[in-house]
Amino acid sequence: MKEGFFISEKYIARSSAIAARLVGGEMMIMSAADSTFFTLNEVGTAIWQAADGQTPLAEIVAARICAEFEVGLSEAQQDTEEFVTELAEHGILRVSDQPIAEASPLPAQTA
Amino acid sequence: MTSPATARVDPVTIEIGGTAINIRTADFQFHRLLLERYSGFVTRSRSQQLELEIELSDPAHTADLDKDLQLAVQDKDWLIQRGDFRACWNPATGRGCVHQPSSPYAIDSILRIIHTLILAGRGGFLLHAASAIRCGHASLFAGISGAGKTTITRLAPPDTTLLTDEISYVIRKDGEYFACGTPFSGELARAGENVSAPIKTLFLLHKGPRNRIESVSQIEAVRSLLRNILFFAADAELVSRVFESACEFVSQVRVSRLTFFPDERVWNIIG
Repeated sequence: MKEGFFISEKYIARSSAIAARLVGGEMMIMSAADSTFFTLNEVGTAIWQAADGQTPLAEIVAARICAEFEVGLSEAQQDTEEFVTELAEHGILRVSDQPIAEASPLPAQTA
Repeated sequence: MTSPATARVDPVTIEIGGTAINIRTADFQFHRLLLERYSGFVTRSRSQQLELEIELSDPAHTADLDKDLQLAVQDKDWLIQRGDFRACWNPATGRGCVHQPSSPYAIDSILRIIHTLILAGRGGFLLHAASAIRCGHASLFAGISGAGKTTITRLAPPDTTLLTDEISYVIRKDGEYFACGTPFSGELARAGENVSAPIKTLFLLHKGPRNRIESVSQIEAVRSLLRNILFFAADAELVSRVFESACEFVSQVRVSRLTFFPDERVWNIIG
């Protein structure tokens, strides 16, 4: 794990500077800032959906990722850190040491 | 007698996809150029509609002809600049101005950009794709340069109506998607017919040893569509609208991968 990133102390929120759609269980996200296009798998989608700015990232990893996808805590933490870091670099997720007041609402699902 | 220098030149009204833009120029030669280049799309002038004022400039005075396209939003105006032109467009008033040399390439680019901005607010878009109508339905053939857009249109049977071999014009009307003809041509150097039809299929073009059509996932369809839609990342709201339009389109229109060997038999499987 990179120095300075402690999942237990982090909060994540969906950025408002994105456009997103849930299609076939996978989330498609486009950064409005640089038009980067992401497709999240089921695990990434679960993290994204839980990124309400209020739930600690550690709780998201334990309650959503480890519990729902049968992944060990250490592996889940490492994967989540990489995932969150990458999305934050593109302005798709906001990361803070404190709860974040507003997260963008979850998108609609296509037919 | 009125001297040519002071004679009034009527605007040229160019209507593409049901959206008409009055183009005003005081230059007779450029006026004639517009009438010839967009002949199939020139319509009767109407009041209360979109308007572009063209001011011609000497190309020798242009600072950097190789300068890439740049877009910026300032207050409520879009500022559009390239080596050979600079333009301003206000979407709220539907008016704009252009400084360009007396060349068709600049006005062609400006029209594409302005139509892109207009369509974004209406759920439509311009697409790097050839399109054609057959049996009452339109098929779109999207792909990068060299994918076969012009080739597929050249191979089309005689009962096919060409809409474009380069830039397809997609509108949403009453919840249904239509392809409209455009004057924007590619290697074929021929404007499309000024007609429209509901879109049946968007084909993602690939050249290969034999003809076949394969389905693609919705995610792959959206990704491919976004790769081919003309839009500009300068404005976050515009990016969001284009993304939403792409998702909506894919949820309603069949998207397939078309691998084709370049002979006319490919049209047997297109239908």
